[in-house]
Amino acid sequence: MPAEIGQLLVTRRFGDEENKQITSYEAKGGYKIARKAMLMPASDIVDQIKASNLRGRGGAGFPTGLKWSFVPKDATDVHLVVNCDESEPGTCKDRELVYWDPHLLIEGMIIAAHTLGAVHNYIYIRGEMMREYAVLVKAVEEAYARGYLGDRIMGTGKQACHITVHRGAGAYICGEETALLNSMEGLRGQPRLKPPFPAIKGLFGKPTVVNNVETLMNIPFIVDQGGQWFADLGVGRSGGTRTVCVSGHVEKPGIYELPMTITFRELIEDVCGGMWKGKKFKGLIPGGTSMPPLVDSELDVPVEFDALMTDERIKPVEVTEGVPFDMGGGRQLRTMAGSGGIVVFDEDTDVVALCSRIMSFYHHESCGQCTPCREGTGWMDKICKRIAAGKGKEGDVELLGKIANGIAGNTICALGEAAAWPMMGFMTKFRAEFEAKCIIKKGAAA
Amino acid sequence: MSLKFSEEANSKLEVLYGRYPSKQPVILAALHLAQKEFGDLRDEVIEVVAKTLDLSKAHVFGVVTFYTMFRRQQGGTTTIRVCTNVACMLRDGYDVLAAFENKLGLKRGESNADFSLVEEECIAACANAPAVVCGTKYFLDVTPEQVDEIVDFLKSNPHPESEVC
Ligand SMILES: Cc1cc2nc3c(=O)[nH]c(=O)nc-3n(C[C@H](O)[C@H](O)[C@H](O)COP(=O)(O)O)c2cc1C
Ligand code: SF4
Ligand code: FES
Repeated sequence: MPAEIGQLLVTRRFGDEENKQITSYEAKGGYKIARKAMLMPASDIVDQIKASNLRGRGGAGFPTGLKWSFVPKDATDVHLVVNCDESEPGTCKDRELVYWDPHLLIEGMIIAAHTLGAVHNYIYIRGEMMREYAVLVKAVEEAYARGYLGDRIMGTGKQACHITVHRGAGAYICGEETALLNSMEGLRGQPRLKPPFPAIKGLFGKPTVVNNVETLMNIPFIVDQGGQWFADLGVGRSGGTRTVCVSGHVEKPGIYELPMTITFRELIEDVCGGMWKGKKFKGLIPGGTSMPPLVDSELDVPVEFDALMTDERIKPVEVTEGVPFDMGGGRQLRTMAGSGGIVVFDEDTDVVALCSRIMSFYHHESCGQCTPCREGTGWMDKICKRIAAGKGKEGDVELLGKIANGIAGNTICALGEAAAWPMMGFMTKFRAEFEAKCIIKKGAAA
Repeated sequence: MSLKFSEEANSKLEVLYGRYPSKQPVILAALHLAQKEFGDLRDEVIEVVAKTLDLSKAHVFGVVTFYTMFRRQQGGTTTIRVCTNVACMLRDGYDVLAAFENKLGLKRGESNADFSLVEEECIAACANAPAVVCGTKYFLDVTPEQVDEIVDFLKSNPHPESEVC
């Protein structure tokens, strides 16, 4: 049965202050599913996760079951690392998820650890999330005291299961999984070249699975009710529900867990109470600031992972006017579901200023390892700033396209694309607004 | 004068060593603790951390300068982080930041004894924009008019970032 509006999995304990206490969580059946999982062979659990069509909620939408199956069968010393770095602008679900339901995350981790044979497991939490850090540390302590964690997993004696909460210290790039691993190892948080992928050589050189908070919180539901049930809640190759964070110019911003099939228009009109102060819609960012924006004619597409990449109603992003960005293999970039951060903006919004703010973010957060990213984000920031100030030069828009195109595909990590794609997307959808501000003729003194 | 970690900090570090294959991964926790105990991460503090973890000063220095939460100079008791990223910008986050600047007599990036004022990137509270975070305390859906009250509140209820170390 497809999910209905109001059918909640990961957000169902939002607002329940008691639920943070292990006794309250247990009273509602908590940790029973982890106990059930202990009796299941690891390969059965992986099969269920595969069948569930669970896709990573951290940004890339990678199938979780497949990711787990990349860990070599005979591997020892596997690590599970939870990515709770959430810093993609517009995204605010993981912080609330761990705040309201920390034990659901721990239960998901116990099941994952049992499945992967992982003993030392870590939650990497963004340094600025101090309130949530305190909640997690307390929840982990409670789970140890109750014997769910420790030298005998769930008290079964099968293997040890330890969880350590590891605090970051302020750096967006540490959300990228290999930067996160370097940061955990006590290095500067710079991404690694891949391959090798973390599943083969990750934390401390051992096979490692890095998963997003929300991804792991879905695991207990799948083990409880079966992979097929979870797949049926969703659509196509996207199983389960979709948790989105809606912000900006809507009447009721919020974190909403919804059916995959809901469209952006329904989301704004029916769920979020329409546009703020009755203004007209202009555009939205569909999955965190890394993703190209959508305009009004593109709102009837569902929020589901594949539709955002392939639906013909979404115009492909262009590098130069009329020339779509080539993603290789004949694919064109439309947009992506990303991290679920949906930022809506109204008719009065200066999109050039908005895009400029995004570029200054990526410039600030580039780790500086690759020249195209380090220099390119700097130039896009600078040029957007001058266009936003009304001091753009003739040819600046084309220059931005060239720079963005020079970054995408030429860097160590995906922060390059995260900066280039929105630049191309804003130029494609709002080109006239950029051009109107490029008034200084070539050769004239600024 | 030679600096030393407190007993309490040392015992916290001891527990953490047991969680990793070497001391190096404990560096962020050690730096958070050092910033709490010594106020900032000036050269002699970096030396203490390097010695404690058996790392070179250059390594520790490289890590300190990578992360925005570490400071090399003393700051105010409470750090006020005001988000101005897209969701907050669209709901007048820059006006909120300006109101803090006015009220505190500080520009973004500056400090006095009580406060450091920071223009922050997205703090994952976008659905309640504009958002401000001070240690474990969030101020959500903030309007410029509320800024006086927030500052007065923080003066009598400081929220240092070291509170969760
Ligand atoms: C620049 C950058 C920042 C990222 N930030 C995050 C983040 O804050 N949280 C997250 O879960 N994933 C983030 N990711 C994605 C991770 O690299 C990784 O794909 C994800 O944690 C995998 O988990 P999943 O398969 O469960 O989605 C980021 C990726 C990039 C390139
Ligand atoms: S793409 Fe940017 S952030 Fe990623 S490794 Fe290169 S310089 Fe660093
Ligand atoms: S944009 Fe301000 S909290 Fe996310």
